[in-house]
Amino acid sequence: MDHLPALQVVLPLFCAPLCAVLGRANLAWMLALAASWLTFLISALLLHEVLQQGVISYAMGNWPAPLGIEYRIDSVNAYMLLIVSAIGAIVLTAARPIVDTRIRLPENKKPWFYAAYMLCLTGLLGMTITGDAFNVFVFLEISSLSSYVLISTGRDRRALTAAYQYLIMGTIGATFILIGIGLLYVMTGTLNMADLALRIPQVSNTRTLHVAFAFLTVGVGLKLALFPLHLWLPNAYAYGPSVVTAFLSATATKVAIYILLRMFFTLFGAEFSFKTMRLDLILLPLALIGIFSASLVAIFQTNVKRMLAYSSVAQIGYIILGISLASLTGLTAGIAHLFNHALIKATLFLALGCVSFRVGAAKLERMAGLGRTMPWTMAAFVIGGLSLIGVPLTSGFISKWYLVVGALERGWWPVAMLVLLTSLLAVIYIWRVVEVAYFKPPPENEVIREAPLALLIPTWALALANLYFGLETSLNAGVARQAAATLLGVTP
Amino acid sequence: MKQYAVLRVVIRLLLPLILLFALYVQFHGDFGPGGGFQAGVIFGAGVVLYALVFGLHNARTIFPPWLLRLGMSLGVLIYAGVGIVSLLLGGNFLGYGALDAHHPEHGQHLGILLVEMGVGITVSAVMISIFFAFAWRGR
Amino acid sequence: MATVFGYFNYWVVVVLMMTGFYVVISANNLVKKLVGLNVFQTSVFILYISMGKIFGGTAPILVEQPVVYTNPIPHVLILTAIVVGIATTSLGLALVVRINEAYGTIEEDEIHSLSEEESL
Repeated sequence: MDHLPALQVVLPLFCAPLCAVLGRANLAWMLALAASWLTFLISALLLHEVLQQGVISYAMGNWPAPLGIEYRIDSVNAYMLLIVSAIGAIVLTAARPIVDTRIRLPENKKPWFYAAYMLCLTGLLGMTITGDAFNVFVFLEISSLSSYVLISTGRDRRALTAAYQYLIMGTIGATFILIGIGLLYVMTGTLNMADLALRIPQVSNTRTLHVAFAFLTVGVGLKLALFPLHLWLPNAYAYGPSVVTAFLSATATKVAIYILLRMFFTLFGAEFSFKTMRLDLILLPLALIGIFSASLVAIFQTNVKRMLAYSSVAQIGYIILGISLASLTGLTAGIAHLFNHALIKATLFLALGCVSFRVGAAKLERMAGLGRTMPWTMAAFVIGGLSLIGVPLTSGFISKWYLVVGALERGWWPVAMLVLLTSLLAVIYIWRVVEVAYFKPPPENEVIREAPLALLIPTWALALANLYFGLETSLNAGVARQAAATLLGVTP
Repeated sequence: MKQYAVLRVVIRLLLPLILLFALYVQFHGDFGPGGGFQAGVIFGAGVVLYALVFGLHNARTIFPPWLLRLGMSLGVLIYAGVGIVSLLLGGNFLGYGALDAHHPEHGQHLGILLVEMGVGITVSAVMISIFFAFAWRGR
Repeated sequence: MATVFGYFNYWVVVVLMMTGFYVVISANNLVKKLVGLNVFQTSVFILYISMGKIFGGTAPILVEQPVVYTNPIPHVLILTAIVVGIATTSLGLALVVRINEAYGTIEEDEIHSLSEEESL
């Protein structure tokens, strides 16, 4: 039990090379599946332990903390670990039919897909769990490199250019982070996050530290697709395979946001980030412009996957908006939306995976009549859509609610109005899909069947989770509030 | 490349030295500068040199794809395996001290040696694979 | 003058960083973009190596009496970053090879116009 923090990362890491040597796609899938559900179990145990007993610290290689690498788990990253591993496990459960048919890889290379998936999971979990600043960079690159590979396996040849574009922008982002960490090390002589948090205030008025802050913010901003640094995202999500999109949209950007939170609140402290550097003045307009412009662009897309990709940019805007409020409620909204948006987008993209499995491509005109031919898939899509809009009784409502309350608390009622207004934009683009799917006749000359159960069951599990967490909010909102309190250093 | 006798002879003389130097860097890595990554790259560079002069076909018969795939995976498995063994023996993950119950420093020694070996195997296999992946493409 | 020559290596870092970054943004050829990216990354390697180096310091290998030594941690960190750089470059080049096979060109504007036609 004491070694759960290490096993959390090592299990998928160990599994990746095994997948690669197995040589048979089905065996590799089963192995990866077992490992990913086990990681989910571990993260659930960790969250339980953290909520019971407080912070867990694990010294890698028995080297004590400031010198050695420390894995440090508090309520914030235990919560993130749960999100990442849960989505990773559920999406992988659905992966097999799509990997078997809709991925541009020869049969003998398919085990490598699962190896890359496992490495990506390793990287994301590692970034979340570690308490060492340089470790964040290493795990970031592990997850990024494997996600470029995963995206490039899409059938469309544009997947290759999308992966290339992501590689260039992602590497620039990671290098910026590397510069930032280097400058922090120069000023403090430590890489341990807890140690950094103690030493940064002593040098907080130096220009080097301000530059480090700027580099880190821009670098992480690139990785989390903060408007206007989001240009890699729409293509990467639109042309990558559906399972990959579902996995990455629900986890990769979220973990980057977690790094941002860690940096603003734990490393530099809310006082420095929001009072000295006035981040709220930068993040708030960027978030609002991002929400507006991305939602507007989403309305005019004909490729549904691309539409949802733009909607992801908008949703990230909501999360950043919550963070920029820098209050307990605002931060709770942001963190709860991390969870809810992960559920929503995984549901929607998996439903699109079902659609493209049967219809071939997630184009709007090809979805005509799917409400009748693929009722279960489209029902799951509608639930995800409602949750995206933020209809009461769905999980999306919870985070929107906290966001509006948080904005009103600060007296920023125009912001609250804008949040409600932009939800209407989400209604428009979701409605476009619903209209085509339910009110247009299916094409007469082809027979479209419902998606196979192997895809439907995970999709529905996620859809039902959307409804469940809309009613039972102790996990998404309750723990989010505790995590927000931990970050701000107050009692909830 | 058949006509370049000088090149072939020189490479034949140099190649064992290059590979030997790679092994030296590998196993001397825990006393002085060196280690698995550098050694793996030197080893890989030696093989690339061999392939350039004696042809890709010959190099691929010595390092067939299955062997490289095994090597790439095996190295990571050794690395993680050492970590898990030390974890089972009562230390933390990668806490080499636990490998030898009576003399922790012997355990440290053994642990770093094995881990660096894993790194070396993976890096050399990856380096050779990258070269083959580009050179063999389109054949 | 002291700011120019005293911080010589940091000026090199700045120049390399900006050169690399400019090449990444401006180059039209996908391979050249990767070259620019490499230069950009290399500048950061030099930044790290400079910050650990002390003039007259030796390698920190166990010796009898204490000596002035160079801080090894930034150097070890940058070894990791170099490995990452190699992985990024080779993956990027592999993608360029695949792009060339799929589109028949590695010029960004040509690929862009080919993609535009597809999405219409």
